[in-house]
Parts: sequence; C-alpha cells; structure tokens
Amino acid sequence: MSSIAWFRLASPASFFPLARRLVPWFSAGAAVLAAAGLWLGLLVAPADAQQGDAYRIIFIHVPAAWMSMFIYVVMAFWCAVSLTFNTRLAAMLAQALAPTGAMFTVLALVTGAMWGKPAWGTYWAWDARMTSELILLFLYFGYMALRNAIDDPRRADRASAVLALIGAINVPIIYFSVKWWNTLHQGASVSLTSAPTMAATMLSGMLIMAFAAWFYAIAVALLRVQAIIVEREKNFRWSGELLRWIR
Amino acid sequence: MNAGGLSEFVAMGGYGFYVWSSYAVAAVAVAFEIVAVRARIRAAVKSALRPDRAVSVPDDTQ
Repeated sequence: MSSIAWFRLASPASFFPLARRLVPWFSAGAAVLAAAGLWLGLLVAPADAQQGDAYRIIFIHVPAAWMSMFIYVVMAFWCAVSLTFNTRLAAMLAQALAPTGAMFTVLALVTGAMWGKPAWGTYWAWDARMTSELILLFLYFGYMALRNAIDDPRRADRASAVLALIGAINVPIIYFSVKWWNTLHQGASVSLTSAPTMAATMLSGMLIMAFAAWFYAIAVALLRVQAIIVEREKNFRWSGELLRWIR
Repeated sequence: MNAGGLSEFVAMGGYGFYVWSSYAVAAVAVAFEIVAVRARIRAAVKSALRPDRAVSVPDDTQ
C-alpha cells in the first residue's frame, strides 16, 4: 500500500499540506543554525593570519556559492523527473527552486566582489570561476524568463526543463574551473579527500552556515511551491486549507 | 570578541565596509525573499478563493 501513498504525495494538492507543515521546522532549523554559525564566525573564530578580518566574508560567500550550484543541480533533477514521468509536482518544485537559486547566485557574486577588493585589489575579474558563476545567474534568469514567456504551464514545464538540463553542464565547469584554468579565484576551501587547512572554528562556522543556507532554501522553496500549487491547480476544490493564509 | 569591544568588532580590522556590506546584502536578500514569497502565497490564495472561481469553502479556522 505504500506505493499508493507515495503517488498520492506526487499530487500537488496532496503535497500542499505537507509542505505547509514542514516549513516551520526548516525555518526554525535555519534560524538556529544561522545564529550558531554567525556566533562562531564573527565572535569565536580568530582573524586570519594573512587576510585579517576580511576573510569573515567566507561565512556568507562559500555557503551562498555552494547553494547556488547545489540548488541548480536539484532543480535540474526535478526537471529531469518532470520530463521523464510527466509529473506536475516535479516541475513545480523546479519552478519553486529557481528564484532561491538565483538569489544565492547574486549573493555569491556580490560577496565575492566585496571580498575580491580587499584580497586581490579588484571587485571583478573575468576569470573562469567568476565568469561561469555569472553564467549560472543568467541560466537561472533564462529559466524563469522562459517559464514566464509561455502561457501554458505544461508547455512551460517542458521547455524550461530542457533549458535547465542543458545548462546543468555549467555546474561542473564552475566547480572545477579553479583546477582546469589558472584563475584569480583561489582553489577549493574544503576537500573531502584531504585534511582541512582552516582553523577548526572557521571550518565549523562555515559548514554550519552552509547547513543554515540549506535549511533556509528548503523552507523558502516549500513556501514558494505552495504559491505555485495554488496558482496552477485551478480546478482543485480547496477546503479550509487555504484560509490559514488570509486570516 | 577581543578586548577592544564593540568599536573594534565593527571596524573588523579595517575591513568593516567589505565584511558588513556582505552580511547586510545577505540579510536584505533573505528578508526580501521571505516577504515576497509570503505575499505571493496570499495573492494566489485570495485569487483562488474569489467567489466567482472557488467552490464553497468550509471555514475550519474558528
């Protein structure tokens, strides 16, 4: 019987109350993690030997940059699911993730500029890491613009899914750009295969902020998917479920 | 925090402008997104519950 329950969840109107119930948990998790991460990053972690306090931008910059790529991968995954199984909810989840992914991409670029000036003496350079991250922003914008340009939501699902999947090639290019090209941008800060080179408090502050960003992204995407479900499921007989939002 | 207290904390060793503008941009972006997405849900719900579109809606909130 579990397969039946699973398919019921794949119906947008059935997913709506689950999304609504999950939001407070992920929001609270994001708030607690952000408070802990900011405390570690701003008050506990020592100044960097070379960069002084300028490096503290890392606690925003690295989580934002990770999320900008990770959200795109998740978005492309849901696009692939929606193309393969023709499920509305998968397309709606992709649609809900795009603005948050774009927001984190803007944050990664802006905080990168604010870090680049004191670290390298320039806000921007056309190196491979920064240029490919800028292309990621244009891919998010292109995905959203294409959706908005097509009136029929199901056609918009398919067209934007194809665009998102083609654009996914950019994600490994961003990630490996610092290895493949000689970039102004430094190499990876954290590696799974080698011992950490950062102070323990710096590293844990950065990882906790990354989890905070992760929880935030889930919470805000689950909020946005509720809006999308209500916008698109015009024929669903909504019960009192919706009234909570306009009390 | 070091012995220098609040002013030293704000100064960030001379990098205060870069550090705090990064944190401020992040805070503003997150706050804006939360406000915008909640407004979007309310607009969608109001539209879905308009009398000309909606079926009768039992009020279970009271």
